[in-house]
Amino acid sequence: MAMPLALRVAESEARWYRRVWRGSMFTSFINPVLYLLAMGVGLGTLVDANLPPGLEGVSYLTFLAPGLLAATAMQTGAGEGAWKVRAGIKWTRTYHAKLATPIGIPALVNGHMLWVGVRVLMVSVAFAIVVVAFRVAPLWQSLAATLPALLVGLAMGGITTAFTVRTNSDVAIPTYFRFVVIPMFLFSGAFFPITQLPGWLQPIAYITPLWHGVELCRSVMLGTPTVVEPFISVLYLIALTAAGMALAMKPFEKQLLP
Amino acid sequence: MAEQLITASGLTKEFDGLVAVDGIDFHVDRGESFGFLGPNGAGKTSAMRMIGAVSPITGGDLTVLGHDPEAEGPELRAKLGVVPQEDNLDQELTVRENLLMYGRYFGLPKAVIEERIDELLEFAQLTEKADSKVEALSGGMKRRLTIARGLINDPEMLILDEPTTGLDPQARHVLWDRLYRLKQQGVTLIITTHYMDEAEQLCDRLVIMDKGKIVAEGSPRQLIEEHSRPEVVELRFPVGVLETIAERLDGLAPRVEVLADRALLYTDDADATVEKVHAEGLEPETILERRSTLEDVFLRLTGRTLED
Repeated sequence: MAMPLALRVAESEARWYRRVWRGSMFTSFINPVLYLLAMGVGLGTLVDANLPPGLEGVSYLTFLAPGLLAATAMQTGAGEGAWKVRAGIKWTRTYHAKLATPIGIPALVNGHMLWVGVRVLMVSVAFAIVVVAFRVAPLWQSLAATLPALLVGLAMGGITTAFTVRTNSDVAIPTYFRFVVIPMFLFSGAFFPITQLPGWLQPIAYITPLWHGVELCRSVMLGTPTVVEPFISVLYLIALTAAGMALAMKPFEKQLLP
Repeated sequence: MAEQLITASGLTKEFDGLVAVDGIDFHVDRGESFGFLGPNGAGKTSAMRMIGAVSPITGGDLTVLGHDPEAEGPELRAKLGVVPQEDNLDQELTVRENLLMYGRYFGLPKAVIEERIDELLEFAQLTEKADSKVEALSGGMKRRLTIARGLINDPEMLILDEPTTGLDPQARHVLWDRLYRLKQQGVTLIITTHYMDEAEQLCDRLVIMDKGKIVAEGSPRQLIEEHSRPEVVELRFPVGVLETIAERLDGLAPRVEVLADRALLYTDDADATVEKVHAEGLEPETILERRSTLEDVFLRLTGRTLED
């Protein structure tokens, strides 16, 4: 039986990645480890000295690790949803090449998201292993936390893909990162509990995919209680993924099959 | 009667109310090499994209290889080879990897693709470049690779959009030679071009398009016979002189066209016409005698040159 069309798309992304993976190592893996060192170990020493029980009863490094896992997954999803899609449409035009074959828009979107998932999982597993090396959590709990990280990565990948395919402007993506991705990275509970935010900002944190991802990752890795039921967060992230994909279909058609 | 691979009637494409293809009728037979000749913006690429099932039709009927492109896009595209105007190869991958990857989109087994890759590399004269990255290739090599890529699924029909635009003359000739070989092997080719020499070299039959409409159809020879005289005398005069003597050219040949920079005298006998020019006492800067081309046909039909 011939391979499903979406899998062929993901396979091609994997073949391409095998060639270029070195370049992506820094942003997707070394950066988060640097954060873990600077914030978790460096800043963490100060935090721990001033908060004797630590945050949620654990050291700052331990508090930060699952949050950073989720935040890294979120950024990976956003990156793949933005640059990869823009390149396929406009820079390398490889999406146009794919669509001249039996592959159509649904297979293109599904295969793209499949690949986003693979990338997020790769980054998350690598990060989880580093977390074990820092003696933050046991291996299996660390690895289990990559599953909620995958969900937040996919949700952000879906949303970002839908955003990217709707715009043709070259400044749109950097603007999106500046005003959506980076603030989300900083203020969704990865670095400090969102109860520290001004009251009016807290509801905004609740609707970000990252906050739900941080809650889930922390709960799986450290066993901390969550604010909302975990299954609600899981469903929310899945719903965001599905919504992103659904919203991307029509504009993809407009862009690629005019 | 030959088997028709493409049948189009009243084929129309509009973009937000702008008519790009305006109700054209044509057909393509198996094994022939068919061309769309016309200037940029004539609607050639839009027509090609509809044939390639990557652009929905706005109106009319279109059947390609027995398929309705709208309803059976994937099935149709599986049987087509496409060489787009803009290169969309994977620059970071090698020549071989590009072909392998493309073959995989068609769901072909790796072993089958590997076998074809060797043949196609040879055909495209890229065997030595098999493991080079695409970004290191010249424009002509990239275009040949794109053609090889379009053949990876052993298509029933190869469609090429402006295959030699942007290539230097030598690279164009190499490419024409390759396409000519495909034609000899019986591959059905559909070509768009705004180069009349390309159309004359490669096309058994062509339609001339202008402003979304087909203005003429036939073999290059037929079109020239029907719409032009066999020979042309081109006269160039010093700046400013042409306007003043334009009237004296009338009657020197069966048909006279005065362009911005030169006058074209359409005739059955160029030598005799040149003699008349001299007899009239005209002293052009240069005189060129040549055979009629599709460019002359286009000029006759639209009042404009192809490069305009």
